[in-house]
Amino acid sequence: MSDVIQLLLIGITQGCVYGLIALGFVMIYKATEMVNFSQGDLMMLGSFVAWTFVVDLGLGFWTGFALAILVMAAVGFLIDSVIVRRIIGQPQFAVIILTIGLGIIMRAAAGMIWGTQPLSMPTPFTGTSSIGGAIIGNERLAIIAATVILITGLWAFFRYSRWGIAVQASSQNQLAAYYVGIPVRVIYSSVWAGAAAISTVAGVLLAPITLIEPLNGFLGIKAFAAAVIGGFSSMPGAVVGGIIIGVAEAFSSAYFPFVNETIGFIIMLVVLTIRPHGLFERTHRKKV
Amino acid sequence: MRIIFKRSYNQDLRIAKHSGHFLWYGLLIALALAAPLMTDAFYIGELTRVLIYALAGLGLMVLTGFSGQVSLGHAAFLAIGAYTNSVLLGMGYSSFIAIPAAAVLSMLAGMIVALPASRMAGPYLAIATLAFAILVEDMIVKWDTVTGGNRGMAVEPPTFFGYQMWEPWQLYYLALLLLILGIFAVLNILRSPAGRAMIAIRDSEVSARSLGVHVTGTKLYAFAVSAAITGLAGALFAHYLQYLAPETFAILLSIMLLLMIVVGGLGTVHGAILGAILIGLLETGISIGKDLLPGAIGTLPGLEPLLFGAILVGFILFEPLGVYGRWVKVRTFFEYFPVYRKKAFKRQRAYLKTERMH
Repeated sequence: MSDVIQLLLIGITQGCVYGLIALGFVMIYKATEMVNFSQGDLMMLGSFVAWTFVVDLGLGFWTGFALAILVMAAVGFLIDSVIVRRIIGQPQFAVIILTIGLGIIMRAAAGMIWGTQPLSMPTPFTGTSSIGGAIIGNERLAIIAATVILITGLWAFFRYSRWGIAVQASSQNQLAAYYVGIPVRVIYSSVWAGAAAISTVAGVLLAPITLIEPLNGFLGIKAFAAAVIGGFSSMPGAVVGGIIIGVAEAFSSAYFPFVNETIGFIIMLVVLTIRPHGLFERTHRKKV
Repeated sequence: MRIIFKRSYNQDLRIAKHSGHFLWYGLLIALALAAPLMTDAFYIGELTRVLIYALAGLGLMVLTGFSGQVSLGHAAFLAIGAYTNSVLLGMGYSSFIAIPAAAVLSMLAGMIVALPASRMAGPYLAIATLAFAILVEDMIVKWDTVTGGNRGMAVEPPTFFGYQMWEPWQLYYLALLLLILGIFAVLNILRSPAGRAMIAIRDSEVSARSLGVHVTGTKLYAFAVSAAITGLAGALFAHYLQYLAPETFAILLSIMLLLMIVVGGLGTVHGAILGAILIGLLETGISIGKDLLPGAIGTLPGLEPLLFGAILVGFILFEPLGVYGRWVKVRTFFEYFPVYRKKAFKRQRAYLKTERMH
């Protein structure tokens, strides 16, 4: 029984990481209807930046963490305002290819700057806790806590704050949002900044578990699967999707190692086959 | 500027619109036929790779360029074609069976993917095809009794009537033949009702549906044709590589195929060929240039992906119509000389209009 709880906990924490990255996707998609295929690479870049501040410059974990979030938010803001903005109004397809290209560049650049050897970063989340007979590392508990805090904060932001409502407005009708005086451009870039910041949180929290290396960017693909299961425009859905994939991976690596690597994608394909717009679909099919 | 005097409706359907086409494309084919006589084995190999990329790009172009369905998983069809071909050759079958079998099996896989994929759109489709490619790669690793798993498998040379084609120039001509056949097939599909339906779906699925186009069936057809052509390219790719390993067909290959058709020019047959030539030049250029560059830059890891990424981003931002689109602009400039206007090719939508319905 404790085995099951152990696997469940590991799965949930892994899933929360996917969910955190997927939150970035969903935020950007909800607000700007663009699909950011470089979200995983933003996470990877964020963890490298944090490593530079914490280990290389020796600023201490919390200062370095905060600085990394700020730097990555700036990077996200610039990616939108300098590059992605230029192709607004072009087909979905162009955005997908553009962000894939950006992801490749980020991965290659990270490999050039920080090398391809995995780096480790000390975090204050050490030691283990015991829950219902299962033993779990505190670094994993930190991930769960961060996910709960972020999702609550984001929900409140979009529900109650002026800016959050402005984001929703410009997502529903850009032109109308312009007319009522919402600074749509700033909002779009800010959403990218927010998504990059969330990815940085995910990257830093993941660092003790996977180490920091350029190939971590490929986690983004699993996060993408999570977002798809969640329906792409639902934030809680993204986290639920991430947890579904994480738990499935944990159990399959214990009981069905044959599909260990691919179970997330199999689930996603099954979900897409049954419901082509995700489990938590908020949009309707275009009908003629 | 050439003005074509139309005498019949069938004139619009001709593959070669005027005599100039015969001349220039004839010269091109002649040049391609003569190329192995003029170069050494290394460059014949490089040219063969360009031809194979062009064929694979043509396959992807049918799906992405003409039907508007983004596929991030075309390396999977390449892999299916490559492994089918080499497994059958290894069992002692002739290439007369192995190469068509590669196309057919790949086509069947394409149709299986199309069944769920025809209901998806945009990001869902892209990620689903990506997942399919990952599954195929994983299957090749796991099914090691047939595919050799991570160890890989050696590929027999193409065999016709018991004669084994070991020479590079023989593979070159085989690839050239299949590419020309592929181009003819695609041109013919494009002027058939199914081809017109594909383009209609690409431009607007809603209006295509309301005009009575069978959207699901057309998408299925596009997937099948695209996968078959790419599978054919896969069979040739196996011969070119001579040794197959699963990591050859990783995500990066799918992205490279996509890059190729975007850089070449989406939605044109020329684009697939031009893109392949450009990527081929780039790869050859990088492998030669690495020795010429000063040590520190040449040996940096990730130089090649960095260049690929930068080119991809640059083209999407500054020339979304690709190399062929640039050529059309240059030609239009001269044809209409004093009255050419830049705005003729300007993008129309400058703001985002949601495709969602609330």
